[in-house]
Amino acid sequence: MADTMQFDLVAPERRVASEKATSVVIPGFEGDLTAMPQHAPLITTLRPGLLEVFTESGSQKYIVTGGFAEITADAATVLAERSHPVEEVTQDMIDEMVAEARAAARDAHPDVVDAAARMLADMVAMGTHIGFEPQT
Amino acid sequence: MPSLKDLKNRIASVKSTRKITKAMQMVAAAKLRRAQEAAENARPYAAQMEKVMSGLAASATGAANAPKLLVGSGADKVHLLVVMTAERGLCGGFNSSIVRLARLKAQNLIAEGKTVKILTVGRKGREQLKRDFADHFVGHVDLSEVKRIRYGNARDISQDIIARFEKGEFDVATIFFSRFKSVISQEPTAQQIIPAVFDEPEDVSTMYDYEPTEGEIMAELLPRGVATQIFAALLENGASEQGARMSAMDNATRNAGDMIDRLNLEYNRSRQAAITKELIEIISGAEAL
Repeated sequence: MADTMQFDLVAPERRVASEKATSVVIPGFEGDLTAMPQHAPLITTLRPGLLEVFTESGSQKYIVTGGFAEITADAATVLAERSHPVEEVTQDMIDEMVAEARAAARDAHPDVVDAAARMLADMVAMGTHIGFEPQT
Repeated sequence: MPSLKDLKNRIASVKSTRKITKAMQMVAAAKLRRAQEAAENARPYAAQMEKVMSGLAASATGAANAPKLLVGSGADKVHLLVVMTAERGLCGGFNSSIVRLARLKAQNLIAEGKTVKILTVGRKGREQLKRDFADHFVGHVDLSEVKRIRYGNARDISQDIIARFEKGEFDVATIFFSRFKSVISQEPTAQQIIPAVFDEPEDVSTMYDYEPTEGEIMAELLPRGVATQIFAALLENGASEQGARMSAMDNATRNAGDMIDRLNLEYNRSRQAAITKELIEIISGAEAL
């Protein structure tokens, strides 16, 4: 059994990461899930949150906003709308994303207002999780 | 016959024009490299997106409540043409060739009795289409303040288009842009984005689990797919524009060089003619004495 899998994290503007991973924790729409080699094929959408990749040499955290992930037995590919290694994240970035989500929640169509509110909450939680308080 | 002074002025002016075109060529070359890089970087995302979506589309198309973005509104009456051009000129036939393609399509559609609406991205296309199709304009996206195309720009455009689609303003949307093949060759392209068109998926053997449901994923992915296609088109367009400008400016620089050579020759000839004439005058003056 293979003990690593190909992990790719791509954003529209660049490939953020591409490496051999032993496991990946993905913030799936219905909760975090850990993808390991030989995982059953799965496609899930993402909620804003933290994604953590474990490789043989260590681990690396990334923030991701919406997008989706495709998991197969030997690869995990995450397509995120925005993604940055945690170290690159600044307060300004979080503020900007939260402001964007807040605007979306405010203008949201009644049908999707729940989804937008949830998105906003996730966005705020993600910021708090890595030590950036949203400014109100 | 222009005087020596005129010729001299002419040479000076062509020389300064050559300097400008040369500088523009260099700038375009530097920008081209960046634009190509950006287009290159965007490719993995677009390719992966396409792959997942075509897999999903194959299974969702038959469903009774398939999303409209995928199967269309059921009509083929109103067409939205999204014409993407540059904000600036001086790039050879770049803008004109995109506009020509769009114009042809618009004329065909009108001849078939369909309604055409035009959304322009970039100032140049709007200017060129204004004469024939001003009545068909429904909007314009100004990117002249944008130094570097970000995904956000594409997302804004696609949200605008999708909002229009959901209001029932059109049935089919096509984007017009220029695909970058090489510095000397850019290919104006028309690509239908709504309803979405996919190549047949090559590999349908993998059965995926979907979380949440297939339909919900599809609903979330389709708008994103539109944005991705627009983003890719904008980047291709950016690279094409710089490529076209670079070769246009290269030509202009070369032409200016040829012109300077010609003018120099003419200048030297008339200078010599003037000297000879003066000599003859002096000699014949001396002989007359």
